[in-house]
Formats: sequence, structure tokens, C-alpha cells
Amino acid sequence: MSVATTEAPVPATAADKEMLISGCAAIAQALRLADLDVVTAYPIRPYDTVMQAVAKLIANGELDAEYIVASSEHDQFEIVKHASAVGARVFCGSSGVGWMYAMEAIAVTPALRLPMLALVGNRALDDPGAFGCEHNDALCVRDLGWMLTWVDHAQEALDTALIAYRVAEDPRIFLPCAIGADGAFLTHSEALVKVPSKEKVDRFLPKYNRRDKQLHPDNPITVAPQVNEDWVMEIRKQNDEAMRRARGVIQEAYADFHRIFGRQGGNPFVEEYMTDDADVILFGQGTLSMPVKVGVRKLREQGHKVGFVRLKWFRPFPTPEIQDVLRRAKAVGVIDRDYSFGSPNYGAVLYNEVRSALYDLEERPRVISFICGLGGREVTLDSVTEMSEILLKTAQTGRVEQPTYWIGVRG
Amino acid sequence: MMMTTALTVLPTQDLQPFKGVKKVRIEEYFTSGHRTCQGCESALVMKLMAKAAGPRTIILGSTGCMYVANTTYYSTSWVVPWMHTQLGASGSAAVGTAAGLKVLMRKQRIKEEPINVIAFCGDGGGADMGLSSISAALTYPEYNFLILMYDNESYANTDIQLSSMTPYGANTTFSPPGKARRILHKRWKKNVACMLAAGHPECRYVATVDASYPLEMMNRVRKALSIGGPTFIHSLDPCPKGWDYDPMQSHELGELAVETGVWPLFEVENGILKFYGKSKAIAQGRKRKPVREYLLRQGRFAHFTEEDLDYFQKKIDGMWERWLLPGIAPFRLADDIKKALAKSEAELEATS
Ligand SMILES: Cc1ncc(C[n+]2csc(CCOP(=O)(O)OP(=O)(O)O)c2C)c(N)n1
Ligand code: SF4
Ligand SMILES: [Mg+2]
Repeated sequence: MSVATTEAPVPATAADKEMLISGCAAIAQALRLADLDVVTAYPIRPYDTVMQAVAKLIANGELDAEYIVASSEHDQFEIVKHASAVGARVFCGSSGVGWMYAMEAIAVTPALRLPMLALVGNRALDDPGAFGCEHNDALCVRDLGWMLTWVDHAQEALDTALIAYRVAEDPRIFLPCAIGADGAFLTHSEALVKVPSKEKVDRFLPKYNRRDKQLHPDNPITVAPQVNEDWVMEIRKQNDEAMRRARGVIQEAYADFHRIFGRQGGNPFVEEYMTDDADVILFGQGTLSMPVKVGVRKLREQGHKVGFVRLKWFRPFPTPEIQDVLRRAKAVGVIDRDYSFGSPNYGAVLYNEVRSALYDLEERPRVISFICGLGGREVTLDSVTEMSEILLKTAQTGRVEQPTYWIGVRG
Repeated sequence: MMMTTALTVLPTQDLQPFKGVKKVRIEEYFTSGHRTCQGCESALVMKLMAKAAGPRTIILGSTGCMYVANTTYYSTSWVVPWMHTQLGASGSAAVGTAAGLKVLMRKQRIKEEPINVIAFCGDGGGADMGLSSISAALTYPEYNFLILMYDNESYANTDIQLSSMTPYGANTTFSPPGKARRILHKRWKKNVACMLAAGHPECRYVATVDASYPLEMMNRVRKALSIGGPTFIHSLDPCPKGWDYDPMQSHELGELAVETGVWPLFEVENGILKFYGKSKAIAQGRKRKPVREYLLRQGRFAHFTEEDLDYFQKKIDGMWERWLLPGIAPFRLADDIKKALAKSEAELEATS
């Protein structure tokens, strides 16, 4: 089934409005446009600015939703989980340890096939005290059936929120989706954002309809019964199948989005930067793309064939695209704003995913793990140069001398 | 844009009390298919609760015996829509469901009608893990729902471990009597209904119930669903497995809990506290049965010595004889407050 809109071009009258707003405020605009039904808030930096923006929209009558300030993140996620079960479009979010506090609710949501949208304003899991960006919070759900996407700028945040609802609420999918947004770098940085008209959004995003899964006296179903070894494997398999289908549904949604809004026309899963003839490629997700792109440009000026690939969807992991763009390089450096202590090569999460995705290729690049920018530490131009030099040397010798580097760390 | 400050609360179903057993509806909404133990009073609570609420109801249930034993895939015992919620999430489940229904009705995506929302939890899920979520839930005056805590006085489903609601001294798998220590569990049971009634001034109805008095129990469920806003009911449920007695005795034990004064039946309705049933007579001075009649019928107290029985009896006596609200609130008043209260009461009488 396709939720696609008609092929007719969109009337030019529906003009976008430009606003200078933060990434979080951009997502709040998307929620307004999506006519959100139930939203729950609980304070933790840095994601909570989205809830401040939502609260303002509600107070001003621009958004008609049940707005519930919860007493913990566990309550926050449980409340929207149940609201989603009766058919409400819901939004929630958290950061760092707040996301972990809600983990029980977060973990059960995919098996319930509830299309919750959540924002993770990425933050270090303190202790020790740290507000800054790290991706380990959101990555904790990587195995659980959540779709996971990382955005790079405020416009992409707004667009992705609309796309995420469309994909998550597609009856072929019915899975929750989390948007990773780098704490401070994205959540709080302002940029000019094109805010589309409601009319356009209505053409793109159908109403959430849970159909025969809706909890209502007219549809007296029992949700999440005891299944044990009799059925749990079949149910997990259904989750797996939904995640596999998500790939195509994401592609459909981007194509439609591009047609209606004129943006997001490229590859939905990865963004390539100067990769055409690149010998070595830096690879990462989120806002580190900014310093890395500048660094890559500088190195290009010096004649080094360096490129960059930014991952946009972490789940479903776009294995074919990654194979396709990385197979051409001699060496790939995966920059992780996270850690995975004790994992293969003591590398980080994204590194191990990319390395595994490349394994089946006959000829594959060398892959190196760069752990960088933890706790919100800046990814500097010097760091980009240092990583590129390691890669260029690896490309030259064809040998990985050291699989994992901590970049920009003292001592 | 209109400025709105008023609370918008949807109407509730008008569930008048069943006037006598013969007036109780015949239909069941919790039926066969469950696998609870023989003599399980909690299962009876489920049945009476669903019967009292009727067909236009959504029920949420947190993890515990009433989830695990009642919803075996393909043989659910629920005739009304039912959904599991996490062990500590009954309060949130009620809020989320009620909020979802409310907004969908407002936006005309579902038909506008009063739908009962009931979230139940066990004593472990409610009085321990989920207490904060229940407390929060009772502060949202704009949503209509009932939270029912069925208290079988242990984490029964996980093999009878003590909870904060397990009576002093009871033998559970986490508090076995041993050679060196006869009694491992020395905490006194919390009074959750009183705590929630006292701490949530906007909550319009809190009650304790006992399924040995089924009509009274059902009518309290009906009142809780009709009165509007968030409400709470706490039921005491004899559990043959956890309390260790012959399943035949469930009903009697439920009565004895009330008759010995261990389990006071009361309700707080729109801020007015009332005892009801046999607890009313007890509060007015009727003699309580000795607690040993209740305790010694249960294997979980088989290790009790005379000294333990005395201790238990004294605690219950104190509860009725020394507390400001007998059997309910463990306060006594300082002398100066007593005087001040007497004075203001006298003034009030003089003016009226
Ligand atoms: C977060 C969490 N911790 C522990 C458990 C294990 N568990 C399942 S049922 C249960 C017992 C719950 O006790 P109670 O709420 O009193 O219900 P009862 O089993 O007595 O009916 C426990 C501890 C769980 N399901 N979830
Ligand atoms: S253990 Fe107790 S509460 Fe659980 S099913 Fe058996 S009797 Fe009922
Ligand atoms: Mg229990």
C-alpha cells in the first residue's frame, strides 16, 4: 500500500516561511504542522528546549495537543506509549541519563508496534557530570527495533521529523523512530529554516490510523499478552520484517517529500561530500560534518584526495549504500562520537557497524576507528587533518597499523 | 484565539450503585481462559471490577499474576479491550490512555462518549515500583480514570517475595524463618490508600475494598468511575499460594481481615472520610476479633510465637485506639494543636 500523494505538482501559492530558529524549535514547528495529539515533557538538557518550544506553541494556541508534564522519563515514555495505543500521534524525547531512565518503556515500544517519535538530544551519560554531546544515549536502542536517524542542521531536523512520522505510522512499518540531534551543536544552534505551509504537510502526511490494532471498546483486543516461547520468536521476526520494509518506505517518503517540498532530494541514507575520486573517506554522523567538510576542503586544496560521508539513518542501517560509496576508497576512517568499551579492536559503535557492512565485499577498504569529540568536545580542523593523515598513510601502505585512535585527547 | 483557563473534563458514565445482588448485571467481562490458582481472590477482584465497569471500558494491567495468568495468548480472559503496562507504569498507562481518548474525541477522530479507563497493578507494582507514577497520575484533574491496586501482599507472580505491603513477620521466599533469625521481615505495611488520599487534594475518590463483600466492592468501583477525575482503589486479596492456606478459606480470610481490624474499609469521597461495612462498627467501638484468628490460619505466620502474636495485636490495637484517624492515619495531635482545634471548633459552633 502506498500512502503517496497524487503526482500533481504542488501549487506555488503554498509558500514556505523562513524563520531563524534552533534545531529544537524547528522540530517543534514540525510537530505543529503534524497536528500532534499527545506530548509529554520532563526536563533534562539539552533536548528539553524542544518541550519549551512546544509549551509556547500550546500556550499560544498554535498547537492543539494534550501537553503533559510528567514526573520522570519512565512516566513520560509510558504515557505516550499508551496514548499511541489508542490512536494518538505522539511525541516524546530525552537526553543522556534521562533516556536511560526511560529505557524499560523505550525497549518495549517496538514490539507493541507503536509509531512513537522521540527526540534524543545527544548527551554524555554522566557520571562524571557532563552536558555535552555523545551518541551513546541514543545508540543504546540500536538493537531493539527503533528506527534511528541523525540530523545535521535545523532544516534537516524539521524535515526529518515529518518524514519520520510518515514512515513510522505507515501500517507496513508501525515502529518507533528516534531522531538523534547533537546536544548544543544542533539542539541550540539557530539557523534559517524554511517552515512549510500546513497545506503542503497535509498532502505529505496522512492521519495516523491504527486500524485493527487500535485499543477501543469497539475493537476489544488484548495487547501484549503472555506469549513466551510459543510465540515470541514469531513476533520478533515480524519486527525484523518491519525494519527490513522500512528501507523502501523511507525511500518512498523522501521521494514524495522532495516532490512536495522541493528539499531532501538526495540519497535518503547517506550524504556524500567530495567522494567521487577520493582515496580516503572520513565517515560520521551528526553535526561533525561541519568541521570535517571544512577540513576536507582544505586538504583538497593541498591536493589530497579526501572525501566525507555522513550517515543519516543508523537504523535501518543502509548496508547497500555504504558498500556502494565506500568500496571505491582505499581507506575509511569512521569518526565516532561514542565508545564501545571492549568491543572488537576497542573501536566504537559506528566503526564496528561499518566494518561489518563492508565485510562481504570482495575488495574492501581498510577501516580505522577514530573516537573523537566525546562529551561535546569540539572536533577541530587539526583533528580532521590528523585523522586524514593517518588514513592517507594507511591507503599508501595498505596496512592498518593501529585500528583505533582516540583523537584530541590529553595524555 | 480564545484565552482558556478553565479545566475541561469530559463527562463520565453514570454508573449508579447496584441495589442488591439481584440487580447486578449478568454479563461478565472477565471470563474463562485464565490460569490463576484455585481460590485466587485477585482474580475475583478482576471479575467484579470488570462487571462493575461494563462494556465501554478499557483496562490496562501491570505485570504480575493478573497479567501473566490472565492473558495467555489465544485464551485471553478479557472481553473488554486490555493492554499490558510495565510493572511500575499503571499510573502512566491510565494517564496516557485517558489523554489519547480525550484528544481524539476533541479532534473528532473517534466518537465522543464516556469510556471508562481502569489501570490495575499489584502491591509490588503499585505500592513499591509504581508509587510515583500513581501519585503523579492522581494530580491530573482533567483525565478520568481509576487506578486499582490489588494487594495480595507479596510479589506473587515471581514466587512470593516480600513487598512493602507484606505484613510484619510473614514468611516469604525473601524472608524465610531460620535458625538464627525467626523473623527477617520487620517492616510495617504501608497505608497506601490513606497516603494517596491525604497527599492528593484534587483526587475525588479513594477507597479500600475487600472482595469478600462483592456488592460493596463493585459499587465502589462504580463510584470511582462516575465521580470524575483520577481515582484510586486499594483491595486486599487473600492469596492461597502466598499466604499458604486451603483455597476454600479465601472468602473467610477476607472477612477476618476486616473483623480483626487488620484491614479497615473506608472511602474518602470529595474530601469526606467515611468508614463502611463492618469497619464502621469497629470505628464506633464494636469489639474486634483477635488477630490470631486471622494470622494462625495462614501458613506464612506459622513460625509466630506468642510474643510475635502479641506484638502484632498491640500494633493493631494502637492503630484503632491511638491514631487520630483510627485504622487510617498514624498521627496523634500535640497538645497545643488540640487546644487550638478545640477553640476554633467552639467558635465555629458559636457562629453557626
Ligand atoms: C521492571 C521489572 N522488574 C521486575 C519484574 C519481574 N516481575 C514480574 S511480575 C512481578 C511481581 C509483581 O508483584 P505485584 O505487583 O505485587 O503483582 P503480583 O504478582 O503479586 O500479582 C515482578 C517483580 C518486571 N516484570 N519488571
Ligand atoms: S499466586 Fe496468589 S495472586 Fe497469584 S494467581 Fe495464585 S492466588 Fe492469585
Ligand atoms: Mg502482589
